[in-house]
Amino acid sequence: MSYRVGQRVRVAARPHDGHHRTPGYVKGKTGRVERAHRSFANPETRAYGRDGLPEQPLYLVAFAYDDVWPGESRHGSDRICVDIFEHWLEETA
Amino acid sequence: MSEYDHDHPHEPVAADEPPSGARARALEELLLEKGVVDRDDIRRRIDWLASRSPADGARLVARAWVDPAFKERLLADARAAALELDLDPGPSPVVVALENTDTVHHVVVCTLCSCYPRALLGPPPDWYKSLTYRSRAVSDPRGVLDEFGLRLDEDVEARVVDSTADIRYLVIPRRPGGTDEMSEEELAALVTRDSMIGVSEPAEPMPATT
Repeated sequence: MSYRVGQRVRVAARPHDGHHRTPGYVKGKTGRVERAHRSFANPETRAYGRDGLPEQPLYLVAFAYDDVWPGESRHGSDRICVDIFEHWLEETA
Repeated sequence: MSEYDHDHPHEPVAADEPPSGARARALEELLLEKGVVDRDDIRRRIDWLASRSPADGARLVARAWVDPAFKERLLADARAAALELDLDPGPSPVVVALENTDTVHHVVVCTLCSCYPRALLGPPPDWYKSLTYRSRAVSDPRGVLDEFGLRLDEDVEARVVDSTADIRYLVIPRRPGGTDEMSEEELAALVTRDSMIGVSEPAEPMPATT
């Protein structure tokens, strides 16, 4: 697990041709690690009949609404938390 | 064209099978043909799914309400806590219980499909799988909760949890007031499916009869 709880991370903005579990609405967005779960088989290869190895660490990342949909008035303290695999995360200041 | 002539052409209409049913059947036939599963596997799986109910999740919540040490274990590892009560936590290796408090209210959604802790809550409601819930629970959680009849206070944080991967989430709702004298079994009857998804509070206790 390369990231720790509380750390700020950015979700990679890259497109991905094929099955993946990173929702488009958080791509390129910055959040904070809420939980570091553990590693799981990678769905991007497992979906095509392969073994999904190496396993990828999975994190619950929490985003402020303002950081996901800037400028839309939503309740200030509300957050959206999404499970994201480590190879979709990048370090950020 | 159908045998009855009318004013617009279309594909023959199969009376009682929606396209999703035909797709599922085609997948089933392929999996059987390739030897991935056999018919008995499918029957047993459907049997198991249909045998699950929110009563199991409710037992976990009621025990957590009456036993703080159990609640800590449930929050640390919901799968192990379910096994402790002889409940089947299902195939997911990790089940996470999220505690609602006076300051945080969790709502669970799966925007990419319909991930749901079926082993502990039974089959998901149809609305949980709808595109409308899946998109709006994320983009407008307070509006969605309002439509379910739950108005969140301004000082409560709505925390939407999108279960996009291998983890299954279960909400531990707040224990209703006026339930101090109730038994664990009576409490479990108040814990509704919807309250464990996070779109409602548990049922209120029946007023005491005089």
